[in-house]
Amino acid sequence: MYAFLTGPMLWVALLVFFGGLTARVVWYVRGLSWQLDRVAYGPHLAHGLKGGIHSALKWMLPFGTQSWREQPYFAVAFFLFHIGAVLVPLFLAGHNIILAERFGFSLPALPMGIADALTVAAIIGLVMIALRRIALTEVRILTTAYDWFILAVSAAPFVTGFVARLHVGNYEAWLLAHIITGELMLIVAPFTKLSHIVLFFMSRGQIGMDYAIKRGGYSRGAAFPW
Amino acid sequence: MPEGTFCNRRPVNTEEDLKALLGDKGGAQYYKEMAELEVDVEALKATLQKTLQSRTKTWLEICAHCGMCADSCFLYRVNERDPKQVPAYKIQSTLGEIVRKKGEVDTAFMMRTMEVAWSQCTCCNRCGMYCPHGIDMGVMFSYLRGLLFSQGFVPWELKIGSGMHRVYGAQMDVTTEDWVETCEWMAEEQQEEWPGLEIPVDKEDADTMYVLNAREPKHYPEDLAEAAILFHLAGENWTVPSEGWEQTSLTMFAGDWAGCKMQVERVYAAVDKLRPKRVVGTECGHAHRATVIEGPYWAGRADGRTPVPFLHYVEWVSEALTTGKLKIDPEKRIKEPVTLQDSCNYVRNHGLAKHTRIIMSYIAEDFHEMAPNREHNYCCGGGGGFNGIGRYRHQRNVALKTKRDQILATGCKLVVAPCHNCWDAIRDLEEEYEIGIRWSFLKPLLISMVIVPEHLKPQEEDE
Repeated sequence: MYAFLTGPMLWVALLVFFGGLTARVVWYVRGLSWQLDRVAYGPHLAHGLKGGIHSALKWMLPFGTQSWREQPYFAVAFFLFHIGAVLVPLFLAGHNIILAERFGFSLPALPMGIADALTVAAIIGLVMIALRRIALTEVRILTTAYDWFILAVSAAPFVTGFVARLHVGNYEAWLLAHIITGELMLIVAPFTKLSHIVLFFMSRGQIGMDYAIKRGGYSRGAAFPW
Repeated sequence: MPEGTFCNRRPVNTEEDLKALLGDKGGAQYYKEMAELEVDVEALKATLQKTLQSRTKTWLEICAHCGMCADSCFLYRVNERDPKQVPAYKIQSTLGEIVRKKGEVDTAFMMRTMEVAWSQCTCCNRCGMYCPHGIDMGVMFSYLRGLLFSQGFVPWELKIGSGMHRVYGAQMDVTTEDWVETCEWMAEEQQEEWPGLEIPVDKEDADTMYVLNAREPKHYPEDLAEAAILFHLAGENWTVPSEGWEQTSLTMFAGDWAGCKMQVERVYAAVDKLRPKRVVGTECGHAHRATVIEGPYWAGRADGRTPVPFLHYVEWVSEALTTGKLKIDPEKRIKEPVTLQDSCNYVRNHGLAKHTRIIMSYIAEDFHEMAPNREHNYCCGGGGGFNGIGRYRHQRNVALKTKRDQILATGCKLVVAPCHNCWDAIRDLEEEYEIGIRWSFLKPLLISMVIVPEHLKPQEEDE
């Protein structure tokens, strides 16, 4: 079972994940239309991209935007989760051992203590996000079962992985649960809101280009004050 | 599929139809007919298929339902934080629903959607600044308005507004003759006080062509006279076109995209005909949006640019002041505390905040910013057509409270509002809430404090 999940199944999961997300990016860009979006992407590409990159970077910086500063609770929750969600899967020592074994290459590994801290932070972030979803009427009215599903799919690999790491209960079972939920996340990502893993950059890039090319980028005299 | 006499899927294209629609006072019959107007599902489907592409699709799909947009929306805040006013909810429950149902929606749904699209969003685009994914719900509401217009679900006044542009090429029934006569009348009237003042119509190869808002010639032609005086004092080589002088676009508020194209092409045609070096538009926000920001795209200009540089009035004034073409008498600057309204259309959406600040630094001694301001400022409360729709007057009046409280917080009794919609909204909020404020466009303020060069002063008559 373990061999299958970390062998052929891992291949499938990674192919779906990377292939699917690449397709989403390609479709997104191909579906942009200067007439329908009313943004002249082509003639102002370099200027536009500068605005697009600025728009994405600002939002990736904790408290980098007015919106993050006005909502510190959510900003903290968001970054606690997302920093762990990006770093831990990529740079966890355990993951890289598998990478090295199966694919013959590996990424630098995080020291165990830091990986633990990031994992705990990510789980805390997720709990904060879930509590906010329940507590605030303006978020509750938007919330659907689908949102809870996405939250669960994102939480499961962290929780199972961390339990396995702590060696409480049945290690083998938790490890399998971790691998299964991790691969599930990879497989559903391109087909769900998790596609924001790449579409965040597309969407942020687009609105940044929109403001840079059309909505004052040439007259504002400064970058757009996100 | 039944369609009403007044409420139907056809835009108004003739004077006769326009007058008939105007005769239906308050749209009484119009809205009755709307309740019976069937949705042309096939057409709606086809439009979605053609026009709903990756940007909008992705926005609707990846919205994380995080609710960060809630507090960015002044309508949410001013309506006791009603969760139904959360921007994401408003767009997901309207456009989102139409898309999920692939256009299979009914009349009642479309009427409710119309209400949301025109009374719960002014297309101020502020929410887009506060969304982590950069989802601009103002842009989506504008798109939704287009769908609604094409199906005949549009507020009565905006159906008329779109008809006005289609029939008269202006948002009001001002014909070419009316307009040219107004120019002559205003020039004549100013002769005594401003000898040599002209309002040159259709002068070719001028430095500057001036375009404006039909309400000015129709209801307060002194605004045109003031523009002429300031151009005169600045020594500007200017003109107005006899056709294509109207810069506004109620067609944009209505979601009448074909009408938008017709409207802006009239202005661009005047540019082609008269070959000015550049164009200056009046103190109007949406007119600037329609002609300078969105207009090039409606007209199919692939570079997204106007045929010659187009300046908003505040850009022209800031230039005239910094280059010394207009000089302010320091004694006559505004002494009392004064604040400034940032128009969404040319500040958030066109980056002109610095120009109005330059102007304030020249004309005011005690300038106070509203909070928030510049790109982050709130809508006046009447943008996007909201001011003009009788059916939603109550909702509009509630919306005005945001600006009322912002103004009160500055402690100022004078508000500079270089935008027609903002100016109207501030006038209405004073009427509704009586907070004891005054408000003004820039032109009358400038005329009251500008230094008149010797050679332009009226000659003293010999005794």
